[in-house]
Amino acid sequence: MRYAMAVDTKKCVGCSDCVVACQTENNVPIGFCRDWITETVDGSYPNVEIELRSERCNHCENAPCVRCCPTGASHIVDGGVVLVTHDECIGCGACIQSCPYDARYSHPDGYVDKCTFCMHRVEKGQLPACVAVCPTKCLYFGDLDDPNSDVSNALRNRKYKVLADEAGTNPQIYYLI
Amino acid sequence: MIHLYCLLINKAICILNLHQNYISRYLDMTNRRDFIKISALGLGGAAIATSGYNIGSKLMAAPGDGEKVKGTNLKRYPTYCEVCFWKCAGWTYVDEDNNIVKVIGNDDDPHCNGRLCPRGTGGPGMYNDEDRLKTPLIRVKNENGPDTFREASWDEALDYTAKRLKEVAAEHGPECVALFNHGSGGKYFGTLLKAFGSNNIAAPSFAQCRGPRETAWIATYGEAVGSPEPTDIRDTQCLVLIGSHIGENMHNGQVQEMSDAIDKGATIITVDPRFSTAASKSKYWLPIKPATDLALLLSWINVLIEEELYNKEYVAQHTYGFEMLKEHVKNMTPEWAYGKTTIKPDLIRKTAREMAKAAPAVIVHPGRHVTWYGDDTQRIRAVAILNALLGSWGARGGFYMKETAHLPHETTPPFPTPKRTWRDAYPGQFKLASLALSSGICDATIPSSNRSCSFKAWIVYGTNLPLTLPNMDNTLNAISHLDFMVAIDTMPMEVTGYADVVLPECTYLERYDLIRTSPHREPYIALRMPAVEPKYDSKPGWWIAKQLAEKMGLGDYFPYDDITELLDWQLKEVGSSLEEMQKIGVKKLERTSGPLYFSKGENIEFNTPSGKIELYSNELAGEGFDPMPVFTKHPEPPQGFYRLIYGRAPMHTFSRTANNANLIDLKKENNVWVNPKVAKLWDLKTGQYVWLKNQDGVVSTYPIKVRITERIRWDSVYMVHGFGHSKKELTRAYGRGANDTEMITKVMMDPIMGGTGMRGNFITFLTEKPEEVES
Repeated sequence: MRYAMAVDTKKCVGCSDCVVACQTENNVPIGFCRDWITETVDGSYPNVEIELRSERCNHCENAPCVRCCPTGASHIVDGGVVLVTHDECIGCGACIQSCPYDARYSHPDGYVDKCTFCMHRVEKGQLPACVAVCPTKCLYFGDLDDPNSDVSNALRNRKYKVLADEAGTNPQIYYLI
Repeated sequence: MIHLYCLLINKAICILNLHQNYISRYLDMTNRRDFIKISALGLGGAAIATSGYNIGSKLMAAPGDGEKVKGTNLKRYPTYCEVCFWKCAGWTYVDEDNNIVKVIGNDDDPHCNGRLCPRGTGGPGMYNDEDRLKTPLIRVKNENGPDTFREASWDEALDYTAKRLKEVAAEHGPECVALFNHGSGGKYFGTLLKAFGSNNIAAPSFAQCRGPRETAWIATYGEAVGSPEPTDIRDTQCLVLIGSHIGENMHNGQVQEMSDAIDKGATIITVDPRFSTAASKSKYWLPIKPATDLALLLSWINVLIEEELYNKEYVAQHTYGFEMLKEHVKNMTPEWAYGKTTIKPDLIRKTAREMAKAAPAVIVHPGRHVTWYGDDTQRIRAVAILNALLGSWGARGGFYMKETAHLPHETTPPFPTPKRTWRDAYPGQFKLASLALSSGICDATIPSSNRSCSFKAWIVYGTNLPLTLPNMDNTLNAISHLDFMVAIDTMPMEVTGYADVVLPECTYLERYDLIRTSPHREPYIALRMPAVEPKYDSKPGWWIAKQLAEKMGLGDYFPYDDITELLDWQLKEVGSSLEEMQKIGVKKLERTSGPLYFSKGENIEFNTPSGKIELYSNELAGEGFDPMPVFTKHPEPPQGFYRLIYGRAPMHTFSRTANNANLIDLKKENNVWVNPKVAKLWDLKTGQYVWLKNQDGVVSTYPIKVRITERIRWDSVYMVHGFGHSKKELTRAYGRGANDTEMITKVMMDPIMGGTGMRGNFITFLTEKPEEVES
């Protein structure tokens, strides 16, 4: 099993619903976030292009945050999901420094926090909160090992890219372009 | 050039301490109605006494048991959203300590299909806002200083309001009382006002927003577009947006369907001087010169007719005036339009052919906020005519025939017939306005020798008029002439600071309201019920209006003790019940008005004078207006000035969300979009704060951040509406960003229906802190 997400940049309107849904679902304190929107503008008027991306932890196969964690709080579970055990985290911030995606933040309670792919929902057969709420349905989540999953279907027929491929992290968030 | 613009909210480096020293120039206005800071409580303040008007245990006690959510410690209650007016149905989730933890869309609701937009998802921020209005307030006049508010009990505040309204009526007649409203509770106050003897009930959503569209559609098709728009976007093959920025304008169902249309490979054509999000999703973006849209629309009509691409059968069967239209547009070629719009003739032809190829599964979107240049009814007439030529009205993938659920009304005494209406203030004018003009009532509040009377009292429900109506000075001048104003709101807004009485309403998550019946493909009903008790000493709108009615001797118009009695009765009449709706939230009723689309050859009677779709309008001609749209050239910005274009951000609704902690976490202030060429001239840098000054010398109270971007033309600037609050009690919104409404001092009035065209204002930059805004 290999959980992954695809983000259709052709449909995302950058509304940030994924951000606020994550905050209310996961009780993320105001002022912090586990996912965010990036807008890239290319070209000059009137030959302009925009790419809008909903970004989050890439749940890397080769995760630098896990490698550098001194306590083992950052770890990888079944399905390849990278998690942080809050009780074991000492808040040293090494993982924040090592992440090429800037996907982690220091929670005011003293530990490091990030996207969990909403495993508490996925275990119950629900989609992650960001995927479930997205008005444009531009987020696809599922098991890459299952050829019929939403994410497998989304990747099958479209061109896609990953972010910071050169970092060698083997990220599992795919951007449909 | 690559330009990164991130909404990395946890990475914000600093929040500038925004100009705490500035006091809005309106704060020290020396008229008889000082602006009151609600924090200045205490002078003569009474202890809060809530005696007398507790509503009884039925509503204010437990909001009901709610439905336990399996595997969690949560309960859920049905609601429909009030953060904007698309009114998506959802579920409010409450934990065991009665905290609202989240609001999630109702899967059965066609407005949202289980997916709320960011504003709806951020709804708990409205409930949790500690800056909310907490108790009734009454203005205290002070001889030796500025006015203040004192806290009052509901009993006292309502008694006082009823007494003052009756005094105004006794002296000037009840017709001199007007209601401004926006939102679900407006209906209760509308009933109150009609019972009182006035029908001057206005919402800024007409004259400041959709009015020209509805007037144009009525003139052409005999019916208004309405909300939600009956655009069949999910099945369209071609969607044409004229300045509509769907995706930034987050009207949920439309955004969802546009995304579905993208999946299905529909062609999107966007006309906008700004590279909007929708433009970025489009096959064709037409970067039009602002204020010339009508020329483009007429040239599209020309191409469809000259190249015989129009739907001949549909036009022959359903329309009136085709030959006159053909003659009218014969010289309005793409070459003619090119010189006006800067859109190349081949692109105009190509896009017209794309529409024709997709027809009738094509939508030339009627837009929503269309009060731009004062000839807006005529511009939307051109949109309506274009759709008729394409045969899209009544076609799958075009416009469907909507249906609204009808609930029976409670029995009340007949309303008295008012002796005068707002129309008497404008003899011979705006006859085609189908609804009251909020700007018209505001203007007619300022005494004039041309009128025998003016408005003397306002009831303001849920609309922050100084940040809504154009020309803020004019609005405040009107307010200064009132004998009495009562404001009902959940938040301390600019408008509440000018009121004599402020009545705190609880938020939509804490109250019942009338059943939602807005139209859709099928008639649906939706229930809003409280998930928690009202915070502080706030009350539901229906209760406030009913209490006022009773104190004014008009209690018979509210024939129930508790609104749940009315809801249950209405629901039972259509085969449901309150109990059922509390469990399901949304219910589909049976469609009874016939098919969703016209069938081929079907004889349709349109509600127009000719019974046909009117390409040529005798009604408009009869009123002295152009029977077919004519392009008019509008003023252009003078040297060193730029046209002010404003719009929306997906996470905000006007000025009403600017203090919502969840939503300002996503966007805390607006910025002014400036083309790089312009930025170079002014030596501007992204992130730099500037003040704006308009053509009339008005300088923005607060500065605004520059965003240099290739997404905007060099003759225009763009900003999101709703920021730049001057109300200190809005602790998160105060002084953040600039207020576009303050810059809109020139109004281009639509002579047909009184819409206030607001896109004819030009601004320039002040890079240094201007002297005149310091106090």
